Amino acid sequence: MTTITDPPKEQFRLSMLIYDTRYRSMTIQVVALIGFMLLAAWLINNTIQNLTELGKPVEFGFLVEPSSYDINQRLLEYTSRDTHLRASFLGLLNTLVVAVLGCITATVVGVLVGVLRLSNNWLIGRIMTVYVEMFRNVPVLLWIVLAMAILIESLPAPRAFRGEDATATMNLNDTVAVTNRGIYIPEPLFSRSLGDVHIFGQSSLRFDISLDLIAILIVLGASVFAMRRVAARANAVQEATGDRPTIWYIELGILFIPMIALLVALGFHLGYPELKGFNFKGGTHLRNSLIALWLALSLYTAAFIAEIVRGGILAISSGQTEAAAALGLRPGKIMRLVILPQALRVIIPPMISNYLNLTKNSSLAIAVGYMDITGTLGGITMNQTGRELECILMLMLCYLAISLSISAVMNWYNERVKLVER
Amino acid sequence: MKKSVFLGALTIAGLAAGAVAAGTLDDVKARGKLNCGVSTGLVGFAAPDANGEWTGFDVTVCRAVAAAVLNDASAVEFVPTTGKTRFTALASGEVDMLARNTTWTFSRDVDLKFEFVGVNYYDGQGFMVPKDLGVSSAKELDGATVCIQTGTTTELNLADFFRSNNISYEPVPIETNAEAQQQYLAGACDVYTTDASGLAATRATFESPGDHVLLPEIISKEPLGPLVRHGDNEWGDVVRWTLNAMITAEELGVTSANMGELAAGTNNPEINRLLGTEGTLGEMLGLDAEWAQRVLAVGGNYGEIFEKNIGESTPIGLARGLNAQWTDGGLLYSPPFR
Amino acid sequence: MSDVSFVRTEMLAEQAPPATSVGVVGWLRANLFSSWLNTILTIISLGFIWYILAGLIPWVFQSVWNANSLTECREIMAATWGKTHGHACWAVINERWLQLLYGFYPPYPITPEVNVGDSTGFLPAYLRPNLAMVLFLVAVAPVLYSDIVPRQLLIVTAAYPFLLPWLMWGGTIWAPIMVAAGLGIGYLGYRFLSPVIGALGGVILAILLPVIWWMFLSGAVAGAIDSVIPIGIAEVESRKFGGLMLAVLLGIVAIGVSLPIGIVLALGRQSDLLIVKGLCVGFIEFIRGVPLITLLFVASTLLNIFMPPGTNFDIILRVMIMMTLFAAAYMAEVIRGGLAALPKGQYEGADSLGLNYWQAQRLIIMPQALKISIPGIVSTFIGIFKDTTLVSIIGLLDPIGLSQGIRSNAAWNGIYWELFAFIALVFFVCCFSMSRYSMYLERKLRTDHR
Repeated sequence: MTTITDPPKEQFRLSMLIYDTRYRSMTIQVVALIGFMLLAAWLINNTIQNLTELGKPVEFGFLVEPSSYDINQRLLEYTSRDTHLRASFLGLLNTLVVAVLGCITATVVGVLVGVLRLSNNWLIGRIMTVYVEMFRNVPVLLWIVLAMAILIESLPAPRAFRGEDATATMNLNDTVAVTNRGIYIPEPLFSRSLGDVHIFGQSSLRFDISLDLIAILIVLGASVFAMRRVAARANAVQEATGDRPTIWYIELGILFIPMIALLVALGFHLGYPELKGFNFKGGTHLRNSLIALWLALSLYTAAFIAEIVRGGILAISSGQTEAAAALGLRPGKIMRLVILPQALRVIIPPMISNYLNLTKNSSLAIAVGYMDITGTLGGITMNQTGRELECILMLMLCYLAISLSISAVMNWYNERVKLVER
Repeated sequence: MKKSVFLGALTIAGLAAGAVAAGTLDDVKARGKLNCGVSTGLVGFAAPDANGEWTGFDVTVCRAVAAAVLNDASAVEFVPTTGKTRFTALASGEVDMLARNTTWTFSRDVDLKFEFVGVNYYDGQGFMVPKDLGVSSAKELDGATVCIQTGTTTELNLADFFRSNNISYEPVPIETNAEAQQQYLAGACDVYTTDASGLAATRATFESPGDHVLLPEIISKEPLGPLVRHGDNEWGDVVRWTLNAMITAEELGVTSANMGELAAGTNNPEINRLLGTEGTLGEMLGLDAEWAQRVLAVGGNYGEIFEKNIGESTPIGLARGLNAQWTDGGLLYSPPFR
Repeated sequence: MSDVSFVRTEMLAEQAPPATSVGVVGWLRANLFSSWLNTILTIISLGFIWYILAGLIPWVFQSVWNANSLTECREIMAATWGKTHGHACWAVINERWLQLLYGFYPPYPITPEVNVGDSTGFLPAYLRPNLAMVLFLVAVAPVLYSDIVPRQLLIVTAAYPFLLPWLMWGGTIWAPIMVAAGLGIGYLGYRFLSPVIGALGGVILAILLPVIWWMFLSGAVAGAIDSVIPIGIAEVESRKFGGLMLAVLLGIVAIGVSLPIGIVLALGRQSDLLIVKGLCVGFIEFIRGVPLITLLFVASTLLNIFMPPGTNFDIILRVMIMMTLFAAAYMAEVIRGGLAALPKGQYEGADSLGLNYWQAQRLIIMPQALKISIPGIVSTFIGIFKDTTLVSIIGLLDPIGLSQGIRSNAAWNGIYWELFAFIALVFFVCCFSMSRYSMYLERKLRTDHR
């Protein structure tokens, strides 16, 4: 005869925290958390102790002091009497400008080079290989410095444009001036401008939005909307009758007539650069430092993107190409309609990290004197005020915010194009 | 003395607080080496030669202090610092002193808590332009593109100067002198501005120096001098009087050549006090009596050091100007050795 | 039935292919001039190549190799080729190449008093950095070329972390030996004490004992043994490090030290423990989200502030710490990739054998995951190695930092392209060979047949 007894009610013992898998994970986590908090407390305590000894308590008051330095490449108005905070803000905008420009150019060049590396023209393939290997295997800092030096040495100085025996001339019917101080291009001007809206009043983050620009955008949006409606109607007619009405001239009209009317009403004209005094005046000035940084960063990153694109294309099995060819598609269309859309899924994740790298590498702007946020907040402001902790903290937070937003956007996009697996 | 660096790294966590406290002078003596912050390279003031030996005007100050304290002019570890890292290097104790063309300003002295022990070079910010630009005054530079080195007081002076004269300009900030030089020569900027000594040194290395002129305006006062941390007065005194000894020696006519013979004793009591044959000045500093003799043995007196590194006989070719002795109409004026 | 039909009974001899589709001509037609577009592209490319080479070749080869200053260089150029500027002055490289490679590292650091060698002449110059480099190659060989190189060389790999600091910084040999002994003490403590006080106590002791040993005893013991049997080499301060050697050293240290940290972070990121995972993800994403230059700013200006008052370790060590943290985040991602690439069956297989977590990791998962990760690790190394150039911005004398120092010597003030060209070439050669190796490895590891 057997008696079945209940298993003895388990008593909780201290050793179960370690030997019982139910509790062990909790124990490990608590230990890790305590360890981390101890480390953080230790670091913070040291920092406070050191800073008191140096007599530099953590405070951000220096940000509202006048910065006393000038910034040449700027999107918003700024003088040396503005605050350090505004200088940092302008620097942040400059970082974003070069990052956005760089990412776009790097993508275009990278995709082009990646496809050309697979070209059946031997010479082109070789040149692209040399380009990729050259850029990938030399530090980007060197490329930035070299790009700047090449621009400076190879382009004419503004004084070469001057006088009777000028050795350089402006391009494109005297509208664009390419000098070793940068490129001057015509700028849009409005003689009957609607003015600006001032946002954030007098604070350091103030900026103006041109009402002209808003008007143009509204009209453009409305035109596009109207065009869509017209196209939808044409589709409906085609569905119903089988004949597609000719609508291209209507669409063109919708797109251009309101825009031209608006531009005429605003008094649109172009301001051309002109040699006056030491420099060209008028027009938009793309400074050398921006161009050099932009070029170097995008060419450097493009070399990596090219490899990713090439890898992505090669990852698509040749059966896909053959099947597409069997359907009668031409090589260009095979690439565009069959290969690239599939390759995109392989390409996008590594592409994200390359965009991030480009943005982070833009912090090397300091080497060519482009005033990005590292040059303003992490450069002159930090030097002049001696507030290293505060400046570096803010600098890191800015970059972190940019990086996290880029990866958030790209991950969202990645989710959208991802193959839905069943 | 640490057994080995990486052992030290492993025991960082074990390094207890409160190990500091001792004065810098004692630290340096105990270490047997002087850690001296210099620039990463500035023609005539600090540059490594092919053998890795640092030479230059600022470097000699470091060597002189090492000679006074440690009796060995080569017992110096030179720590190259940039405009950004120099102050933290000094504040954190990584270097004992900074001899790196640093301008003595109010905020650096008071807010950043440093002590400038004197001035070893009186400089001022100037402008250099190509001769064919036809400019004779900085006030004619309206709209010009100006190359400046960042991380210094120059960019602030420049902003102030143009603002107060109500003229516009386009600043081109540049990280190093070499790049500024290249941009200026290629015509990417019309004007190059930095300390007048730097301009002269830069112009001297051009292929045709005669094609470039320095404008007459000096828009700022740039007293450059060695500095130490606030609050360590014994150490500050040592560095201050090392510098003063070099200046006084020139005033009194003590050179590296005649020092040996003067050290035997002279009729001039101040020379005797300087060279330690009379009085107890060295003892007051916490050094021995012959400290100043060793200082002068490094490179001679101020005038000799000047001539050897940046003077008119060198390619840099700076005139004494403001840096002449007060007896010759300059600003060099050492307090008496008494 | 008449035999009128004609049936060929033997094959015709093969005709030679048309002259236009074989040989050089055929190759050209197929690869360069296959269509109008290709022909145009080919011609444009040829023009481009010609343009580049026509500028570059005279500059590189019609150059001055022996001169003492830039002025002298210019005089020689003017005398030889007239007043043109298209010539390089390689004399600066000729004079300073040792400095660009080794910084200020003393060529003959072995002092006579320790009886290992004469201070000059006896041993080859730069013995220690060169030996460290050669030993590095020996140490990684059994890992990188596991099929060719005998496994016995793994002893060098194990000893290298202790040999490298000793060779570079010098000092008594007992210091690294005593540090290594700490690991032995930990193992012995675990081995002999765990039966007595239980496995957990054993693990805790195995961690605690070496730490106590390193912090309080090893220095004293090393000093004591050294006073009895002095074997050592001259100490070299890390301030003397510079040039390419510094870049390589920073790269090796950052990658070497970050490997274990990266493994831990990768495992932490994959684990189910919420807090551990959160901490690891936070660290990795933070480091990957900020540029290296800001971390270097931290190294140069803030790290001393974070440490207890009075601690002071030199800038190279601080930069090494920050670069290691930087590399660790990237390493963690590489290893995570390796872990993710393992088929799930491997984990399940390990579980079905009854292995616990650490046994499974040690015996099944990690050996495979690390092997897959090697190409990624090599490219991380290339990236870190290239990124070491950024230390010039905070005033360390890596090749770019040194080029500034060289230019501020009155003799070479104004020289520009030659230094950068040399540095770029050196970096290219190093990185290119490494990336080729990485590609070879990827091909070797690729097991799917396509």
